[in-house]
Amino acid sequence: MRTLSYVEAIRAALAQAMRADPRVIVLGEDVAEGGPYLATEGLAQEFGRERVRNTPISESAVCGVAVGAAQAGLRPVVEIMFIDFITLALDQLVNQAAKAHFMSGGQLSAPLVLRTQGGTGGRAAAQHSQSLEAWLTHVPGLKVAMPSCATDAAGLLLSAIADPGPVVVVENKALYYRREQVPNALEPIPLGVARRLREGRDVTIVATSRLVDGALEAAEQLAAEGVEAEVLDPRTLQPLDLEPLAQSVKRTGRAVVAHEAVRIGGFGAELAAQLQAAAFDYLEAPIHRVGAPFTPVPASAGLEDAYRPGANEIVRAARSALQWEGCEELGAVAAAGGGGW
Amino acid sequence: MDNDRLIWMYTQMVRIREFEERVKRTFDEHPGVIRGHTHLADGAEASIVGSLATMQPGDQLMATYRCHGYPITLGTDTKAIMAEIYGRTDGLCGGYGGSMHLADPGRGFLGTSGIVGQGIPQATGVGYAAQIRNRTQPPTVVLCFFGDGASKQGAFHESLNLASLWKLPVVYIMENNNYNVATRSEQEDANAAAGEPLSVKAKAHSMPGVTVDGGDPLAVHATVSEAADRARRGDGPTLVESKVYRLSAHGNLIAPPGVPLHYEEHEAIRVFGNRDEYEAALRGDPVPRFRMQLIEQGVLDVARADEIAQAAREEMDAAVQFALDSPFPAPEAATNFVYA
Repeated sequence: MRTLSYVEAIRAALAQAMRADPRVIVLGEDVAEGGPYLATEGLAQEFGRERVRNTPISESAVCGVAVGAAQAGLRPVVEIMFIDFITLALDQLVNQAAKAHFMSGGQLSAPLVLRTQGGTGGRAAAQHSQSLEAWLTHVPGLKVAMPSCATDAAGLLLSAIADPGPVVVVENKALYYRREQVPNALEPIPLGVARRLREGRDVTIVATSRLVDGALEAAEQLAAEGVEAEVLDPRTLQPLDLEPLAQSVKRTGRAVVAHEAVRIGGFGAELAAQLQAAAFDYLEAPIHRVGAPFTPVPASAGLEDAYRPGANEIVRAARSALQWEGCEELGAVAAAGGGGW
Repeated sequence: MDNDRLIWMYTQMVRIREFEERVKRTFDEHPGVIRGHTHLADGAEASIVGSLATMQPGDQLMATYRCHGYPITLGTDTKAIMAEIYGRTDGLCGGYGGSMHLADPGRGFLGTSGIVGQGIPQATGVGYAAQIRNRTQPPTVVLCFFGDGASKQGAFHESLNLASLWKLPVVYIMENNNYNVATRSEQEDANAAAGEPLSVKAKAHSMPGVTVDGGDPLAVHATVSEAADRARRGDGPTLVESKVYRLSAHGNLIAPPGVPLHYEEHEAIRVFGNRDEYEAALRGDPVPRFRMQLIEQGVLDVARADEIAQAAREEMDAAVQFALDSPFPAPEAATNFVYA
């Protein structure tokens, strides 16, 4: 094992993939200079500025270049600096990359990776802090990974680069510099395999990205109350490894799904729907959802902290699920303006 | 150019025209067989064939939803193209793409975008891959086809800037038919409104911009050849504005419900009441124009020209019949090919 930060693990995985396969190229704004978070630092020195290529601030063209280069045989890893900017590249991702294989009856494919990062905590205001992954999970043809730790960030990225189609890897800026134990040899982690981080019999917490930490912290708090929470991270949203999540919910009978994105229309809604369909007869309470309020992300530290969901919200949701006493509660929650479940 | 090559070019133009007329006639002869959108290349044959005649082994292209002419020229089986337009299982893309999304990567045709202008970045990326390959292999170029309307998309300008900056081996070929469906260029394009050719847009991206008569296959061939040579040398992209007149309406009628799908009159007549413009375009029809030119030059005689026309009719008869006879894909195949 060695100690690496999440962003160093990404950099190490990129370098490993580029050494192994000359088709792998890195494209994006300032990538040859390392980018604002230093995820690509040093790559241009090792692999040259043709394979690690700075681009104009043209997200549509840059993403489209990656699609075309992928269709022509390269393995581009394109960086969109903030997921907030993905709006500018969505046609290339949604209408082009995701559909090339399908529309051509399997003749074409677009094996590109789009790396981006989202999340709050940077005091970066409403256009540099969002969590927009749910949009991407709604598009057949795209795969979406959301690593919550350094080992997963490297392993999922390696699998994404090896994948025959387009994969979006949504990193989290708040996790970038956290140092973790990482295996000396980075291995691909298959897309579509969930991870169980903590076992527990009372309530299942399914969390993504930064909220996985929140879930583990919540589980500690709940343990102090005598509640044993099980924590799972799907790691990829598309494809979704539903089975272990559903098995856990069948054992515990109660579930909280938690993410940093706004709750309404978030991927938690999809998780809740799939889990209730898979485990309906086992549920003792509605599946509770934790997410951000339906508000843009505010800039000021105090406002952003109030906005950001975390361990406390997960604990409250878990308690509500555990104390659920039937449909009257439903009305009470709604009347309180919460609707958090 | 030798006579065989000239006759080959004329033959491809005739084949495209015959194919497109069969697509159009399908709405009358086989009502209901075509359910979706079609967009025809009649009028653009000279531009398509003149451009594709420049292609060398390994060259590639991308195009728009008005895409039937390119694979026909490249040698893709017209039976498979028609079957695709009819939504059949033997279609070029198995019925998954339809008229707007033909692709034949084995012949260098890497597909289309149905979203106006959004294939331009992809073709630019194909050019980026070619640039890397060209360091160690015989140089190849990418032809990027789009319409005049696409040049108002951000993707167009972003791509031309990037391609010029990186000196990518791409030839950007704008087929300017002067209409965005029912809006004329001078109503939506500042250059056109100012009376300038649309090729002036190249200046903003520091690349050559050339306007050519898209009804003259040899002029198109000469212009695109020069641009392709430049790209092959590593000197970067060119914007070619190829002025064409589409002889059919933008596409078949798709609304309102209950009205049989068909092609209405060209927008020049239907929207602008300008029958003179349309009739002038018919008089300049590039297919008979090239036929006359080749006959006058002694390249082609009338008998040979008639043989070419007859062969095209027979080929497209067979394509229509093949497509009509081809089964529909099995419903359970609807979810195939989502992931590679």
